[in-house]
Amino acid sequence: MRRLALVVLVLALPSAAAAEPNGRQLYLQGCASCHGFSAHGVPGVAPDLHGAGEAAADFYLSTGRMPLDVATGEQPLRARPAYPPAEIRALVHYVGSLGGLKIPAVHPERGDVSAGQHAFVVYCAGCHQIVGEGGVVTGAAPPPLKDSTPTQLAEAVRVGPYLMPAFDRREIDRRTLDSIALYVQTVVKHPQDRGGWGIGHIGPVPEGMVAWLLAGGALVLVARLIGERMER
Amino acid sequence: MRGAPKLLPRHRAPRWAELAVLWALLLAAAAAIGFIAIYALGADTQWLGLSLGLAFALLAFGAVVTGKALVPQERKEELRPSLDHDKDDLDLAVYVQEADEGITRSRLLKGAAGVAGLTVVGALLVPLASCGPFLDVAQLRRMAWRRGRRLVDESGRPLRADEIAVGSMTPAYAEGVDKKRLDASLIVVRLHEDDLELPRDRSGWAPSGILAFSKICTHAGCAVSMFRYPLYSPKVPKPALVCPCHYSTFDPAAGGKVIFGPAGRPLPQLPVAVDERGELRAAGPMSGAVGPSWWGVDE
Amino acid sequence: MIYRLVRFIDTRTGQTPLMKKLLRYVFPDHWSFLLGEIALYCFVVLVGTGIYLTFFFDPSSREVVYHGAYAPLRGQQMSEAYRSVLDLSFRTKAGLLMRQTHHWAADVFLVAITLHVLRVFFTGAFRKPRELTYYVGVLMLALALFEGFAGYSLGDDLLSGMGLAIAYSVVLAIPFVGANLALAIWHGPFPGTTDFFSRLYIAHVLLVPVAIGLLLGLHLVTIMFTHHSQFRGSREREDNVVGTPLFPGYLFRTLGLALAVAAVLFLLGGLVQINPVWEWGPFRPDLSTNGAQPDWYLGWLIGALRLMPGWEPHIGNYTLIPNAFWGGVFFPFLVFGALFAWPSLERWITGDRGYHHLLDRPRDAPWRTGIGVGFFTWVGMVFFAGSSDRVFVELHISYTSQIHVYQVAVFVLPFVAGWIAKRICEQLLRSEAHPLRGPGGGRVRRTETGGFG
Repeated sequence: MRRLALVVLVLALPSAAAAEPNGRQLYLQGCASCHGFSAHGVPGVAPDLHGAGEAAADFYLSTGRMPLDVATGEQPLRARPAYPPAEIRALVHYVGSLGGLKIPAVHPERGDVSAGQHAFVVYCAGCHQIVGEGGVVTGAAPPPLKDSTPTQLAEAVRVGPYLMPAFDRREIDRRTLDSIALYVQTVVKHPQDRGGWGIGHIGPVPEGMVAWLLAGGALVLVARLIGERMER
Repeated sequence: MRGAPKLLPRHRAPRWAELAVLWALLLAAAAAIGFIAIYALGADTQWLGLSLGLAFALLAFGAVVTGKALVPQERKEELRPSLDHDKDDLDLAVYVQEADEGITRSRLLKGAAGVAGLTVVGALLVPLASCGPFLDVAQLRRMAWRRGRRLVDESGRPLRADEIAVGSMTPAYAEGVDKKRLDASLIVVRLHEDDLELPRDRSGWAPSGILAFSKICTHAGCAVSMFRYPLYSPKVPKPALVCPCHYSTFDPAAGGKVIFGPAGRPLPQLPVAVDERGELRAAGPMSGAVGPSWWGVDE
Repeated sequence: MIYRLVRFIDTRTGQTPLMKKLLRYVFPDHWSFLLGEIALYCFVVLVGTGIYLTFFFDPSSREVVYHGAYAPLRGQQMSEAYRSVLDLSFRTKAGLLMRQTHHWAADVFLVAITLHVLRVFFTGAFRKPRELTYYVGVLMLALALFEGFAGYSLGDDLLSGMGLAIAYSVVLAIPFVGANLALAIWHGPFPGTTDFFSRLYIAHVLLVPVAIGLLLGLHLVTIMFTHHSQFRGSREREDNVVGTPLFPGYLFRTLGLALAVAAVLFLLGGLVQINPVWEWGPFRPDLSTNGAQPDWYLGWLIGALRLMPGWEPHIGNYTLIPNAFWGGVFFPFLVFGALFAWPSLERWITGDRGYHHLLDRPRDAPWRTGIGVGFFTWVGMVFFAGSSDRVFVELHISYTSQIHVYQVAVFVLPFVAGWIAKRICEQLLRSEAHPLRGPGGGRVRRTETGGFG
């Protein structure tokens, strides 16, 4: 019965082709199958979107984490967004109408990179690694931050998606958030590789590989050129 | 030299080898001069490494070609010297023992020499104990936290209970104590009160669901800086404090119990109380020894 | 002229007969005998670049505020030691080149030693009369591991500071005396006082290099006394040495190797970044980062620490074995104990007490090769377990599942690998094929009866 009503409703809605995309309509087409007809969620399948807010909706949709690609497993992963920006805006507006955090304003240019570095190591490095290369927590892989926009970063900080803790303005104030965003925009995205090829910025694992494969390989080769081989 | 005997085999160095070594040496010199120039003009690390490395590589090439083509090539055979001189070994042993012969109390003297040697060497080693505290391990038991001590943030400002949100992660320190001390740092989280599963004797330890734990992992001393908190519960792991070094995972709802990883004992929990100003204070000492386990830890 | 120089020296020292012997000393030529020399030349580069670094490094953990060239750390508190490394990397001309070359040299030093130890083990070069050389070598390996750890810990950055906290915990975990030792070394509970860095520094720049230097000298001298071992060949026998004399042939070859080592290390030092400490930031005990790893040659220890289940047996009111002891002390003791014990063990098992100047090919000793492959597979698996979290990051294979699999595989796979290796050896012995190239030609001779064989 509910399904019939759904079909009727969808057909009855005016076509969105030429006009501003309709958030509710897009929701019904792409999200309702998991989040429910009235966005109250389906237990064990998808959460209630009331109170999720524009911030969460924009984060999940603009990073392509939603719609969820179940093929990749439990954790929503960054992917190409399934919707163009105008449709994302409409969906965000719709979900926002159900209550919750608005999209936070963030201004990296007002931040201080050193304060950002320090705040990043205190709050973020434990999971995301000191230069945002991503990491591991038992049960999830905190993603690398290279592809995040300042807004997406701010949204994640305030919302706390998947298994991330959520930091409100009492914990990380606006100035600190600006600074963290500045740190990510500068140091994380463009680390100062004064030493040459950065080999991943995670330290000894790739360094060991270079020592064995590049140096070890080259020197064994040199040894074989200098020395003799065994008689057959 | 005239008149001197010929000792090495006749050898004619191939022309290609002579030219190759010559070029290698000259180019190496050029690379070295390049290095000096680069150093003077800004010393860019990559160019410095390239020029010096190239210089060495060219020299290496020159040396190897010299060794394998320029100089006379020989495969020489020589007999191994004997490693067995039984008669001489016996002579040596007898020689050493004979020095002993006139001494009647030889064994006693040797024993005394041994005792004297050991004690003197021991005495010389004793001042190393000043590196210590060596015998006194009391410093390992010192506690920054006692009843009434305030929780403060990094800048020393007291933490308020109403500033800790559910699902957030807050570092905290003991007021007036050096932040670097292992027993001073905390990680404070807040869960919904219905999600708490604290043991009966800790029922009052988490007002409004605010839980405080030592930030120092009981496995090997790293800072427990990861807190996983699900935005949407059913299919994902429950809230946990996780250490990034070896992934010891502690359950805050259950009082810091170990649920995965090599840690041998729970993360110590600090009982928290909210004072009349709304600020957070310790309601007593930690539930256990802070930091990695050692002999004197009795949990 | 050369003759006049030699006359001058001989008439003042009388050493020409020795020099004649020395210059004609014969080195067998197989390429795998050069692996130890690669390690030697890495050590030379380490000492040279290391001395340079001491002209700039400040081994003090006194706190200072940074006002240098790297903006993301400006205004932050850090130790003098860390600040001096930042200045070395950003302000000192050629400073970063020397620092990186030094660090690469340490990593490659241990690569070379590892390859050298494997060569020595699988060819039976440790047998009589070379046991002393072998023991000195294993001791040098232990010192080199400590030296590398000490070196990169001096910088007091976030990554190495976490490593020091773990080292502290491992010392603390030694039963009965661990606390006393740890407090003595660190001059108090972690992070200790400024004295700790003074001690670490002097250990790294004086005590251990001198020890390694002396042991190296002993190593080379004992090799000289016994003369180098060699593989069996048409002219090589147990009672001779066949090869290239030191002068002129071998001198230039080994010089070439030394220069090649310097070339590789300086090229890496300038072109491939290593340990960018400015990216890690300064250390503080209440801070940490994900993805922290020790340098590669300590990967076997982080693997052991991560794999151990949380066993912490108690006795009365005391913790008998804190968990960090298993991975941090017990495991390396087992490994080094096995390395030290092997020559005696093999001698006891085989009953072979004779001299061996001719080396085995790995296939010539199937049992030794099998046990060796098994043993090194065991260590190797623990090593790989240490970075399995990065496998999770890249391939999304659950970290906890990987650990559970490793905990079983680490005991099963060595036996499988060792058994397979032994069988391959036996097969190769039968067919006399090259392990990689396959069966080669044999010699075809006309027999007396007129046929071919």
